[in-house]
Order: sequence, then structure tokens, then C-alpha cells
Amino acid sequence: MRLGLVIDLDVCVGCHACAVACKQWNSSGTTGPLTDYDPYGADPSGVWFNRIRSFEVGEYPQSKTVNFPMSCMHCETAECVTVCPTGASYKRPEDGIVLVDQDKCMGCNYCAWACPYGARELDQASGTMKKCTLCVDRIYDEVLPEAERQPACVLTCPTRARYFGDLDDPDSAVSTVVRERGGFQSMPELGYNPTNHYLPPRVQPPAQQAENPLVSLQDKLKEWMAKAIAK
Amino acid sequence: MTALPQFEDHSKQEKKYTTCYMCACRCGIEVTVENNQVRFIRGNRAHPVNQGVLCAKGNAGIMKQISPAKLRNPMRRKPGTERGAGVFEEISWDEALDELTARLRNIRETDPKRLAFFTGRDQMQALTGLWAQQFGTINWAAHGGFCSVNMAAAGLYMMGHAFWEFGDPDWDRTKYFMLWGVAEDHASNPIKLGIEKLKRRGGKFVSINPVRTGYQAVADEWVPIKPGTDGALALSMVHVLLSREQFDWDFLVRYTNAPFLVVQTPGERGDGMILRDADGQPLAWDNVNGGFVNGMEPDITPALFGEYVAPDGRPVKPVMQLIAEKYLDSQYAPEHAAKVCGVPAEQIERLALEMAHVAFKETIEIECEWTDWAGRKHDKFVGRPVSMHAMRGISAHSNGFQTCRALHLLQILLGTVDVPGGHRAKAPFPRHVPPPIKPAKHTAPSTPLSSPPLGFPTMPEDLVIDDQGRPLRIDKAYSWEAPIANHGLMHMVITNAVNGDPYPIDTLIFFMANMAWNSTMNTGDIQDMLRAKNDDGGYKIPFLVVVDSFHSETVNFADLVLPDTTYLERFDAISMLDRPISDPDSPCDSIRYPVIEPDRNVRPWQEVLVDLAGRLGFPAFTDDQGQPKYAGYTDFISRWEKAPGIGFLAGWRGEQGEKSMRGEPNPDQWERYRENQCFFQHHLPENQRFYRFANRDYLNWAKEVGFNATAEPILMELYSETLQRFRLAGQGLYDGPMPTDAQDKQRLVDYFDPLPIWYLSLEEAAVSEQEYPFHAVNQRPMHMYHSWDSQNAWLRQITAQNYLYMNRGRAQRMGIADESWVWVESHNGRIRVQVKLMEGCQEDTVWTWNAIGKQSGAWGLSADAPESRRGFLMNHLISELLPPGSGDRRITNSDPVTGQAAWYDLKVKITPATDGAECSWPEFDTIKPLPGQSESPDELRYQTHKAVNLRRSLKDILTRS
Repeated sequence: MRLGLVIDLDVCVGCHACAVACKQWNSSGTTGPLTDYDPYGADPSGVWFNRIRSFEVGEYPQSKTVNFPMSCMHCETAECVTVCPTGASYKRPEDGIVLVDQDKCMGCNYCAWACPYGARELDQASGTMKKCTLCVDRIYDEVLPEAERQPACVLTCPTRARYFGDLDDPDSAVSTVVRERGGFQSMPELGYNPTNHYLPPRVQPPAQQAENPLVSLQDKLKEWMAKAIAK
Repeated sequence: MTALPQFEDHSKQEKKYTTCYMCACRCGIEVTVENNQVRFIRGNRAHPVNQGVLCAKGNAGIMKQISPAKLRNPMRRKPGTERGAGVFEEISWDEALDELTARLRNIRETDPKRLAFFTGRDQMQALTGLWAQQFGTINWAAHGGFCSVNMAAAGLYMMGHAFWEFGDPDWDRTKYFMLWGVAEDHASNPIKLGIEKLKRRGGKFVSINPVRTGYQAVADEWVPIKPGTDGALALSMVHVLLSREQFDWDFLVRYTNAPFLVVQTPGERGDGMILRDADGQPLAWDNVNGGFVNGMEPDITPALFGEYVAPDGRPVKPVMQLIAEKYLDSQYAPEHAAKVCGVPAEQIERLALEMAHVAFKETIEIECEWTDWAGRKHDKFVGRPVSMHAMRGISAHSNGFQTCRALHLLQILLGTVDVPGGHRAKAPFPRHVPPPIKPAKHTAPSTPLSSPPLGFPTMPEDLVIDDQGRPLRIDKAYSWEAPIANHGLMHMVITNAVNGDPYPIDTLIFFMANMAWNSTMNTGDIQDMLRAKNDDGGYKIPFLVVVDSFHSETVNFADLVLPDTTYLERFDAISMLDRPISDPDSPCDSIRYPVIEPDRNVRPWQEVLVDLAGRLGFPAFTDDQGQPKYAGYTDFISRWEKAPGIGFLAGWRGEQGEKSMRGEPNPDQWERYRENQCFFQHHLPENQRFYRFANRDYLNWAKEVGFNATAEPILMELYSETLQRFRLAGQGLYDGPMPTDAQDKQRLVDYFDPLPIWYLSLEEAAVSEQEYPFHAVNQRPMHMYHSWDSQNAWLRQITAQNYLYMNRGRAQRMGIADESWVWVESHNGRIRVQVKLMEGCQEDTVWTWNAIGKQSGAWGLSADAPESRRGFLMNHLISELLPPGSGDRRITNSDPVTGQAAWYDLKVKITPATDGAECSWPEFDTIKPLPGQSESPDELRYQTHKAVNLRRSLKDILTRS
């Protein structure tokens, strides 16, 4: 299996539901707690696995605003694994999820340097690197109803812009939607072969317009006076 | 597969259901609780509002629950200290309520209207309004006058429901959706779910908004409009539809007052009123039979156009003739409208024709037998699948009421109201137009009001004024200054009370209303007013009670603080008597059930209200012996009846809980809700889901369950006689109360057009365009909701400072750099703020996120938090009064019809700041911490159980590294 996420940029409105759901789930999740520094102070920040980058393309008034959620891409060629000196960083052979063993990690940050997607963060309080676990603590939990064995971000997304599944299975929802919508990887030229894909905004053909010709008001009102519609 | 450890012990967890309250959307949530702590909140899959999804705010509930800003105990301002100095002492609930009861009893027994009770973003107006009515004060309203009354009133006076809480686009079927002036919210999750469905189906989404963020980011077409000009755009589209004959004749004839004949005798009494027969029935001209007919009868063939002469010799014209004459005039042509709103003429024309194409050439049909109001059977519902939604970008202008009516006119011309694919009503709507309730006028000691404090005037006789025409309410709602002020004018209360205009009050109670900060205009002056004293040294507002859950800026000004619970700690009823959570196919209501035990000395305000009602002897809350009838809030909710069988909650009524919508009180009702995940949903049969204004089965049912007083069809009023009556009063041609003040008269003449109009906003007309060239508006971000959520430890990591956003090209031409500091100045004041440049912003507009800016020290934040150091409120620039004009009187900066606060009318100028300061201005004093308030932690490591690590096996390291 090659589990991952597909994110639909056609409908992502940048609401941050996925980011906060992830933060919430993982606070009490397998690598929790996710530390918050100066939470009520002058410089609040903290450990998040999912961050939304919003940017604009083009110039006013034709500009487009794009909301781009980014979290670990669970790459096929995960260099964050290659560089890890302790073996804490690894990619599971059974499902391709890239994880950090919190007992082995020494927080050297080398993996964060290797990742071009900004997926890894140092939790200063625990001294370890943390990142998206693809909710490994949800997706196999048989106590949860099957429909809920999905990452928190996917379940919560209000515009249903997030999909989860096996990209090795050509009939899965994720594979199907990538095929049908022309899903793409972020920065494929870097060679990490990310598993997560993004769906581009849909391009609409121009809408049709009603075709009655303009007529003179005088003529029209005369005609309209005589028209009889029953109540 | 490597064996996974047990990550959490589910046996120690409990899943509980309740309703979110991070905003007014009221999604259903499933809360996993562990050790009286929240482990996880997710959307309830079964819930009709959100169907399992949940936004950023809902997901951040944990941080609201553990906020260090939570109030912990009742408090009184320490005697001898100044109001607003923030020096409090903790007192017991008994002491607090004894003192408050004594004071309220005295007011009630002498002059009840000296109590002013105003509520903010609560969702309890059915209870608080009832309480005010029982107390006997007319001085009650919620926040609608500050928020969106224009939008609610426009809909209720025209089509029988409205945008937002009273209706929804038909998300499953609509093919063309036009969104007007919506910030990133209202409604939160339903719009998000709906937009995705629409786009997946290939529908078109057009967004009319000066800013391209949030929903606008995913629109197929973004229309950057100048704020306050949407009415001009809408009426120009009406012009296009009329000039191309693209309107729904059948719909207009059958369901609206378009055929009714309007008297044309300018300068005479009765001018502009509908011609009626001896029984008061409206008349139309029958084209086929010739002659006048009762316009309410079925099977007539009334003319929509023409000029006729009434039997008494007066010239008359059908409403539709007036509509054609008015909007076909060249002033509404796209070429002219383009100059006003900044949208190119070709785009205006194209958008109108795109909607017309979808409405008339992509019609949908639902096979279903239904019966109309005249008993005629139909075999299908015909849908014109164009829908719209609008909110504060339309509403918060002094022309918002007429603008919203213009939108409804567009919808009605396209035949898209309550049809498949169109904009559909949500129960208890649709209601008759206009709604029947009148606002209460008369107060008397120890006497409940004879009707609710808020209502729907339809004539000058309904105004809440004395014999001299002076306002009777402290907010001057329902006076000549704001005749159809259906939601009151919360933003005028403090100013009027302090000025003793129309009279001084004794006690002001605020519930969840941050009136000393972001829910007010002109914040600095308002704070000064709260501190203002009489010559005798007493405060002009003698007693201020603030009820809230958190340490807000307004709490700091209280004389008495009553601490409320969080939403996870209490019972609540989200009732159809209040603001419904229904969807178009099903009436719904819901509850909150406590999922967490409070850890401090707080009480839900609803419980306190019921307690006070008992102590004060309100008739509805006490028995014949004057003893409290109800054990508490939940008992009151399940046993109180508005009419026989009608109560707050519609589900599981009847002694065994076997009845829906109407039935005897069920003592187990709360438990039945809890068993059903805290919500109730009644599915309308298919034949009752559309055309409900004319649907016999629906209308009969709506009467049975108490939504409407009669089962008469609901006629849509394109032409409003209500407005015409007020206009005649302004012209001196009305047989009844008329204003005496020249300004009042002129406002009625100018703005009370019975057909929708557009006019330049009042502030814009009063200030120089050259001096104040920019429009300045606010939006709410998707991840925050007013001041409540921006203190949230997680959410403020997304946004802790607001900027002034400007169009990049425009700023660069002015020499203003990104992230530089500028002075923003209006006729009322100035502020220093930090700028951010962006492409997606209309060139003459600047904007910011509202309610991010905070007063230093409030909300459990440190004194140097960015929210206070660099964040700001645009509110300082906005006056609650218009600039001084020709009259002596300063008039409220509000819509002249409804009194809606016109805070998006703001015009400003922008100049670079050269003083080098890198903080916002004005600065306010740092609010002191409250007694018993612990220091906010400087690190948070929240978890409800110890994390269980997933170890990589040694073998795996050795073999694969």
C-alpha cells in the first residue's frame, strides 16, 4: 500500500479546519503533546503538522487566490529518512507512512533541512522532531467505526477537499480522482516523489447567455399589455 | 505488518454529543471526553447542519475550554474605585443575585423601561426577549441592529423568508450561485459543503465582493465591486432582464403583487397605495374578461402592464408597469451602473444574461404531485436553478435594506424563490409578508408588555413613539429615525443613555456583548461615556451589569460581573422560536448538554434568568401563589408553552415523547434529545418541500404546528405599501401620525421608496470624496468569530495581528510600501496601523479582519500581545452619528429604514506614518488582571493521556537503514 492524501485546490477556501483538527488530534496522539510556546504572549507559536500557505497569482483584477495546505508528503524517496543519523526517521514498508520514532530521535533537525516541504518541526519541549503521522493512530483503530478510520484532517474538511487512500490501488478514490482531475505533485523536479497529490482548480467553459434581442421599450410595453397569464 | 500498540485506552473515554458554539452556525459535535477533559471534538456525521465536518473554530474548542480568560466568580466593582479601572472583589452568587434582584424589583415597580437589557452574539433571544417582555421593559434587543437586520427585514417584508438563518441556496440542485458581500462565514460549514457540491456538478459560482479571500478564492468569477454599490449592480441587472424580456411571467402573476393596481395621484392622500375594493381586497385588471378583479382570487388573468382608470376616476397602473418604467430608465443601464459600482458594463450585462439562461433554459423539474393554495393539482415542481446568498457586505450600509430588496427583486423576476435549485426557505419560514407581530409600546409598573419588545411595523401607527412623536425606546428603534428597526439599535444604547436622550436609564445589562470594544462604533468615546458622571458625582449610567464567560474589555467596565459557563458546560436550547438551524427539507432544532463539569463558581445565564424571573414574580414563571413554577432552565424549556402544545423544543413532545412539532410537554424531553445526539429533525414530505408560499399542504401544516396564524397563501410584495405609508407621512399626506421634524420628513421621502432603489450611502454623501477617497470595510476570518475566538491559544497562532489590506498597485502609486505604517483617517478620528498589500482587493477599498485587535491585558493575553500592540480596531474611525449636517440634530449613522449600523459606509484617507513608531495607535490602558485569575502559562503541552509511541523495530533499523 502507498497511503497518502489528495488535496483539491479547486475548493480549498483556506479555512484551517484541517490544520486545527490535526493539531487537536495529535495533541493527545501518538507523538503528543504538540507544544505551544508563549501561547498567550507576544510571540505565540507552536508545533503544527499541517500549515496552510495562501498566495496570489496574477494581477488585479484577474488575480487568483490559492490556498495551499502543506503537510508531510510521505515521499517515496524520503530524504528525511536517508539523512537521519539515529534511524528514528523511517518509512513503513507496509503502507509507506513516514514516521519519527520519538524514543530514538535526538532532535538534530537534519531531517528538517532535508525536507523541501517544511513538513518537520522540532518540538523544543520534547527535543524531538515531529510531523504528520497520517493519523496512524486512527486509521487502523478497529474500535473506531470504519468510516472514521481516516486522518482527522480528511474527516473534518468542510469543503471535502481532502481525500485519503491507497495510491497503489488504481481503483481507490484517491487514484481515481488524481487520474480524472489531473492531480499533480508539489515540486516533482526535486525528485522526492511525494505520495500526496494536489488537484488543480477546475477550468470552466464560459457560461451560456440568454439570447433575446434588445427591443424598444415602447413596442414591448404595448405587446406586454395584451399578454394574459392565469393566476 | 508491524503490530501497532494500543495508542489510547478507549475504555477510559466517553463520546458525548452536543452543539458547537464557536460561532452562530451551531454544528453538531461529538466530543470525546477523558477525565473530565476534552480529548477530541469532531463534527457529528448524522447532524443536518454540518454532516460530520467541522471548521477551524470548532476544532479549537479545547483551547476555548481551557482559556485563562475564563471568569471564575461573580464580582463587584470594589466600592470607592472608578468604573473601568478594573478593580473588582469577588462575591458570592447569593450576594450578587440578591443585590441585582433588589435593584431590578425597584425598577420594575416604578418604571420598568429604566432597565435596558441588550444581548450580543447569543442565540437565546426567544428566552431573553420573553424575559424582557415579562419584566415589562421595551428596552431590549439583541445584536441584529449592528449586524444584519437589513438583510432579515428585506426578506421578511418582500418574500417571506430571508438569507442566512431563514433560507438557503438549494445546494443539491442549483446550477448558478451568486454570493454577495459575504465574509468568510455566515453560514460557516453549510456554505462550504454546498460550494463543493455545486462545483463538482459543474455549476458556476460568482462572487461579488471587494476582496478575494475565503469563499471568493474558489469562485469561478470574482467581481471586485465598490462597497455600498451592490444595489446599483443588482438594479442594473434588473434593467437587463427587463430589456431582454427575461423574467418569469407565471411566477409574477401567481405569487407576487406584480399585477395589483397602484393609485397614481401624486400630491394627494392615497397616492401610491394599492387600489382595493370595498372589502379591502387588492384589485387587478383582467385582460381577458376586461374589468377589475380581486387580485387574490385564483383563475383570473390579471394584466401586468398598462394604464387604467379606477371606477372612482383615479389613474392606476399595475406594480409591474411601475417596475418596468422605473428600471428600464437609462439611469439603471449598465453603462451608468458601471460608473457607480466599478463593474464594467459588459460584465453586468453578461452576468444577468448568464443567470437568465440558467433560469429559463436549464430549468429543472421534480416529478411530484402537489396541490396549490387554490386546490389545483400539479404534477411537478418547476425549478429555475439560480440561487444567491448575501450577508453583511450588503447589510452593513445605510442603503442596505433597499439593496437587499433589489437582490430579492432579481430572484423573484427569475422565479427562483423556494423552487428546486433556487433559494429555499427554512422552517419556521416562509411566513406571511409582512410578519404580523407589532412591537410593544406601553410600559407600566409590574406589568408585562402586551406584545414582544421587537416586531414588524407596517404603518406609522405602529411606531414606538409618544404623542409628540418622540422615541419611547432608549435606542430610538421604531421612531421616525428608524421606523422599521426590527432588531433594535444596540449601537445607540450607551450614547443615548448617557445623553439622557430620550431619557436616562438606571440599569444596563449586557450579555455576551462586547460593547466597550468591538461591538460598538467609536470605541474610545464609548468607553469615556461609560465613565461619564453627573454633576452629583454619580455615573450617568448608574448601574452596569456584564454577563460573559470570559474577561472581555466590557467586563472591565462592569459594576457587577456575572460569570457564565462555556458552551461545553451547560444546557442550551437552539429553538425554532429563536434562530433556527433547520434546513430547507426539514425543520430542525437542537440542544446543548453539558459534557464537562465546570471547575469554578459559574452559572449558566439561562439558569440565572429563570431564577431572577422567579424572584421577581414574572407571571409566566410563577404560580398563583407567586412561587417560582420551574425548578430551573431545563424544566422551564420542557414545560413552558407559547401556545397549547408549542414549546421551545419541537422533538419528542407528548407525554410519551411520541409527538413531533406540537404536543404536550414531555418531562423526559431533554433525555430523548440526548439519546438522539442532541438534535431533532422532522422530514417534510416531498410534496411540501417547494413553493411553500403557495403550497396548500405545507400551509395547512405550518398553521397546525404554530408557524403561521393562518393557512392563507403568502404573497410576495415587490411593491411595499408599508414603505409607501411612511413615505406619505413624510409628504404630509397620511391620515395618521406624521413626523414634524424636517429631516425626518425628508428621509421618509428620499429612502422609503416602495420599490427597491439605490442611493449613495449617507456617510459617503456627507463627506468629501476628494478628502476621503477609500472605502474601509471589515471581514471576519474563517478561523475566528468576533472577539470570542481570537484569544484562543491555537487560533491566535494563525492570526494574532490584523493589518490594513490595500490593493498593491494603488498603494505603490501612492508610495506606500508593504508592511509599512500608515495613518488612516475618517471624519471621526484616526488610527495608525500596519499595511499589507495584495492583488485581490478592489482599488478604492481597504479592509481588515474584525475583532482581532484587543485592549491590552484583556482576554488572558499578555500586556504586550500583538493583538493590542500592533492589532487595531477600525471601529475607532466609525461614528455612531453621521457628520454634522444641515439640521441641528446629529442623526444615527444607520440605515434610515431599519436603523442597521452602517459601519461599512466608512470613508477614509491614508497617509504614510513618518514618526517611526512600530505599534498601532490609539493605545489603551492595560486592563488589570481579575481577582483569582491565575497567570496565563507561557508554554502549553495539552494532552489527556500519556502518548504511546510507535517504535521502530531494531531489526528494521538494521536491515533497512
